[in-house]
Amino acid sequence: MEAHVRRENRLVLAHLYVATLALMLGAVFGLLQSLSRARWVSMPSSFDYYRMLTAHGVLMAIVFTTFFIVGLATLLTYRAIPRDRSLALGWSAFWLMTLGTLAAAATILSGNASVLYTFYAPLKAHPAFYLGTTVLVVGTWLVLIDILANAVWFWRTQPGRRLPLVVHGSACTFVMWFIATIGVAIEMLFFLIPWSLGWTPTVNVMMTRMLFWYFGHPLVYFWIMGAYLIWYNIIPLHYGGKIFSDALTRVAFLLLLILSTPVGIHHQFLEPGIAAGWKWLHTMNTYGVVVPSIMTAFVIFASFEMAAQRKGVKGFWATIRSLPWTNPAFTGPALGMILFIFGGFGGIVNASYSMDAIVHNTMWIVGHFHITVGGPVALTFVGTAYWLIPRLTGRRLFAPKLALAQTYTWFVGMAIMSTAMHWAGLLGSPRRTDDVTYFGVQAAAAWMPHMRAAAIGGSLLFLSILMFAAVAFGTLFTARDETQVIEVAQVEEHAALTPAYLDRIGTWATVAVVLAVLAYVGPMHELLEAHVYGAPGMRTW
Amino acid sequence: MALVVFLIAIGAAALSENMIPPSHIQTIDPTKVAQTPPFDRPGLRQTGQRQYEAYLLAHIFAFTPPHITIPVGSKVTFYTTSPDVVHGFFITNTAVNMMVVPGWVSSATHVFRRAGTYLLLCNGYCGSGHHYMYGTIEVKG
Repeated sequence: MEAHVRRENRLVLAHLYVATLALMLGAVFGLLQSLSRARWVSMPSSFDYYRMLTAHGVLMAIVFTTFFIVGLATLLTYRAIPRDRSLALGWSAFWLMTLGTLAAAATILSGNASVLYTFYAPLKAHPAFYLGTTVLVVGTWLVLIDILANAVWFWRTQPGRRLPLVVHGSACTFVMWFIATIGVAIEMLFFLIPWSLGWTPTVNVMMTRMLFWYFGHPLVYFWIMGAYLIWYNIIPLHYGGKIFSDALTRVAFLLLLILSTPVGIHHQFLEPGIAAGWKWLHTMNTYGVVVPSIMTAFVIFASFEMAAQRKGVKGFWATIRSLPWTNPAFTGPALGMILFIFGGFGGIVNASYSMDAIVHNTMWIVGHFHITVGGPVALTFVGTAYWLIPRLTGRRLFAPKLALAQTYTWFVGMAIMSTAMHWAGLLGSPRRTDDVTYFGVQAAAAWMPHMRAAAIGGSLLFLSILMFAAVAFGTLFTARDETQVIEVAQVEEHAALTPAYLDRIGTWATVAVVLAVLAYVGPMHELLEAHVYGAPGMRTW
Repeated sequence: MALVVFLIAIGAAALSENMIPPSHIQTIDPTKVAQTPPFDRPGLRQTGQRQYEAYLLAHIFAFTPPHITIPVGSKVTFYTTSPDVVHGFFITNTAVNMMVVPGWVSSATHVFRRAGTYLLLCNGYCGSGHHYMYGTIEVKG
């Protein structure tokens, strides 16, 4: 390995292992939560359910995902644009993100921020929680600067050449992330941080909620874009396939860039203070952002089929059988795709406000995001770690059979847990609630069998994450093997040419900002115009 | 093209048959809820034949009043607000499901066509006693 490649690999590995540690700690809390809701264990008041629920949410939804995606996008960008580069920006991002994470995690674990990962005001956490998460987010902005700096260098030095597909995807992902995180940055800097420090007496609660969900839904698409980077560009390598179309891949990422943000109010269907018309508008936009995901589903199956046909395989089942079901780098993402079919169905239900009224804040929602971020996204990342880590360390994968078993265990555990959660939610079981027996009220008794099934699924998931950790850390000590290369899939020869306007990321970013402003200027203006009473806030835990 | 038709169909359907999510727009000073009518005297008011308005306060960690009783077939409009943090207001087996935000009044209407005991619970995390926050709605046949 060349020296500069080795240095870049260390940066990427740092991100992947922080992600792994977050996943491991988050898994411990996840297991305890599922056992606690089944009433098989009872958390002591010195370390209560809501403290670990906050830790689980922040570690899994924010830390694990963000570090992995940053590591992946950094790697793809660096490899697609090879040069001897300074890693100062990359390491600054890593350390800011890590310091912010440590500050937030310490505040949560010490019991001073049991506000859950949505930190809804006027629950008032210790300022270190808000400051820590803000520093984590600011760290990710440096990653965007790094990716764009590399893209600009590429355009300058190689005029006329197309921006590599993975750099285009990485740039779209992080530009979208930047536009989205502006919302949470404003929420933190102008509302929560001054208020938690005692500089402002009250907080505009609805405004903080709207700013949070301005960020909170695109956060979901940030995870999905990370997974799609892998689905389009890396997975075809595992089954000898190619990328269906360069242009179509770029269109999918651009659609996600422009449509991910103007949809957040679908998380606020059941809130006062937002006129029904805005809720309707965001519903429509939400159906729009389904399009790139449906496109992706078709493209992936087309790519499977074309690879099979090249090998002379015909028919649906024969095509499925021809895929590498014993390679964990494939089975992780592929099993995740199967889960995503159901995650997608559930998402459509949630986006329909009449149906959302039945499932809002029930366990259905928990089942939904576990079968999306905990299904396709996490399984894609974990499976891809089996491909990445050996190539980045220059070592053989430790215990490949354990890795393979890990992906299947996760799939089964998640299928059981998520089904049970969806079902309990339809029966009315609330999310984010420690003891759901309600002193033996009859309606609550029907939920318990599902809570126990969820605990069985949760235990399998915990076992699966232990298996992953064993392989991830074991691979640091295996025999050297530097023959494995990191590459990305080639585009099909017959694919149509890519129009140049798909590379104008700046123009598309402007469209994204305009759409976000159009979707939010009305409802935010109404919240600022109304005679809104601030809430003083308190610590209720 | 099919996508456009699909979106228009969904958009039109969402607007039809009065399918509107609860979007009540009314503010209230959260520090003075106990002195502000009608929440200074929370409870059930009959407004007509099997027609009620229920003013229920959501606060840490209870609903006030926690239990109400109505005859079957009653149409009840619920009004709720919070003097402290955000709560949820969810009656299981119904579509009465609202966020209760300090500073705002939330409202939803439901016709109780079946007799029985309905569980009212807080489904928006509000603190260490969140899981104790519940009430019941007794619908008499």
